[in-house]
Amino acid sequence: MQSVFETHKLTMDFGGLRAVSNVDIEVKEGEIVAVIGPNGAGKTTVFNCITGVYEATAGDIVIHPPGRDRRRINGLKINSITELGIARTFQNIRLFQNMTVLENVMIGRHCRAKSGIIGAIFRDRGTRREEEEIVEASYKVLEKIGLASYVNELAKNLPYGAQRRLEIARALATEPFLLLLDEPAAGMNPQETRALDELIVKIRDDEGVSIVLIEHDMKLVMSLSDRIFVMDHGEKIAQGTPQEVRKDPQVIKAYLGEEVD
Amino acid sequence: MNIITGIKDSLLVSLWFILLTFPIMVIRVNTIENVVEWRWRNMLLVGAGSFILSLVWRYLHKRKEAGGQESPDEPETVPLVRRILDTPRLLIPALIALGIALAVFPFTFSVYQVNIMITAIMFVVLGLGLNIVVGLAGLLDLGYVAFYAVGAYSYALLNYHYDVGFWIALPIGALLAFSAGILLGFPVLRLRGDYLAIVTLGFGEIIRLILENWNEFSFGPSGISNIDRPGFFGIDFSFREASIYIYFIMIGLCLFTIFVVNRLEKSRIGRAWIALREDEIACQAMGIDKTKTKLAAFALGATWAGMIGVVFAAKTTFINPASFTFMESAIILCIVVLGGMGSILGVMLAAIILILLPEYLRAFSDYRMIVFGACMVLMMVFRPQGLISGGRSIYQLNQAQKDLQKDP
Repeated sequence: MQSVFETHKLTMDFGGLRAVSNVDIEVKEGEIVAVIGPNGAGKTTVFNCITGVYEATAGDIVIHPPGRDRRRINGLKINSITELGIARTFQNIRLFQNMTVLENVMIGRHCRAKSGIIGAIFRDRGTRREEEEIVEASYKVLEKIGLASYVNELAKNLPYGAQRRLEIARALATEPFLLLLDEPAAGMNPQETRALDELIVKIRDDEGVSIVLIEHDMKLVMSLSDRIFVMDHGEKIAQGTPQEVRKDPQVIKAYLGEEVD
Repeated sequence: MNIITGIKDSLLVSLWFILLTFPIMVIRVNTIENVVEWRWRNMLLVGAGSFILSLVWRYLHKRKEAGGQESPDEPETVPLVRRILDTPRLLIPALIALGIALAVFPFTFSVYQVNIMITAIMFVVLGLGLNIVVGLAGLLDLGYVAFYAVGAYSYALLNYHYDVGFWIALPIGALLAFSAGILLGFPVLRLRGDYLAIVTLGFGEIIRLILENWNEFSFGPSGISNIDRPGFFGIDFSFREASIYIYFIMIGLCLFTIFVVNRLEKSRIGRAWIALREDEIACQAMGIDKTKTKLAAFALGATWAGMIGVVFAAKTTFINPASFTFMESAIILCIVVLGGMGSILGVMLAAIILILLPEYLRAFSDYRMIVFGACMVLMMVFRPQGLISGGRSIYQLNQAQKDLQKDP
């Protein structure tokens, strides 16, 4: 299987603190990959480097979307990276609270449309058609994610689990080839987590999107991921299939601490 | 029990006020007869007044808090204005009535009234312009008056040096203000909230100080006079006719503004502005170019200020830097906040109230600014979302999707 995304020796310094150090990650087409590790291991920092929120101090971030050219994306602006096909959700929900559910998803379609100020004022046929397409495409995404019944609710009025799903819907609307989910199951009850598990698999299967997720819920991680990367203190300490990672002494040490004789 | 504590607290408040105002309200030194007058009656008035006001305040506050907890599953009562807006049967007659009232107004009232109304409508447009920047895009701009000045001076100077007429200066003023908006937009792209507010405040002051001190360019504090009124195929108007003419120009401009702002708000770019206001990081992560979106907001907001600046110069026929102080920015900002951020109708209502109220309160002469200030404080305490808060648009989905929505 072809790899769609790679980081080589990704490093991020904040002043004197090295938050991420020489991390190599590779994601293949249609794969679900998990990044795990104790709190403060640098997982979210990796996400922020990839999506352009931070500019990596050193190392390469390379994308190779299916059917398009390889490209190094270091230093690009956040929105350009989204346009290239990497979408993300956030650890603490960052919806547009005072917009409706549909509008939230419509914002996701923003970078796939192009009408400007002149079009907005004159509302010519092209603009109107584009607007209709945005509404329609957004509604389809909502249907897929199972939020169709909330269309005109304000985002802030949704139940917690639905808000998390709306974040995923919004990210999907940007038509990504790679979806980064930052702790999608945080704060969910077991039922919601199970539904999320199914949803993520469905997104991968239906859309052919590759998925990277940061997650602390080990049950979800083990059942869902094809491969797992383990981080601790900013470094990658292990990688492999769930079975391999589970037995890795380094991983056990990071999570449970060392035995003292 | 509650009432007793309320009365007790109000008594304390009134005592405090008596103490506070004692030196100025009670003691008066009569310098002619060299005696101190003790005006005990004033003390009683202050005490009684603050006691009653404090009680009313407490009561309103309690009612507001109780109102917030009313059974949440009951459907929200739709405010009257929204109801009128949503029913064409009520909306159309209301609009016709308003239209007739506006058309008849200048012919039935005095020039003074017409001029006040022109100012009010000018502030409606200014409010709508700033509403793009503050209400929609969430960028707190305290130097909005700078763009107003750019518009006014561009007409005044063009008219003075090159004899350029009003109708040519109008788009030029708008264009210059648009450019000034982009100019201000660039350095403040990275700033948000309070920092942005301070930088824009500085920008406003810079423009005013330049106008005040660069004598060769702007004629300094003495300003520019004898600016031409708007022309109408070379007809000479009397003062009254000119006022009426400007009045109708303003009505036209105002309608144009409402039309454009409404369309902008309900477009792709309008949505991007609101998303930018709600969450900047998430907005960028959804593929919205922050630079372009912010610059568009600044520049488009400034355009309206520039246009109204031109009208202002033509209306007063005299401008100097004193017309473009921070106070003007503050009033325009008040209009946006009082009206309800992002709500076109609210902004219009607030502009009318804020400009007309001080004018008609002239009867209370000395106290009018106090009443004005008190009104604003009360508004912000009891209705922080503004007069009419902006609703979100509901999208009509096509029939097949609606069916799906009914039985998922």
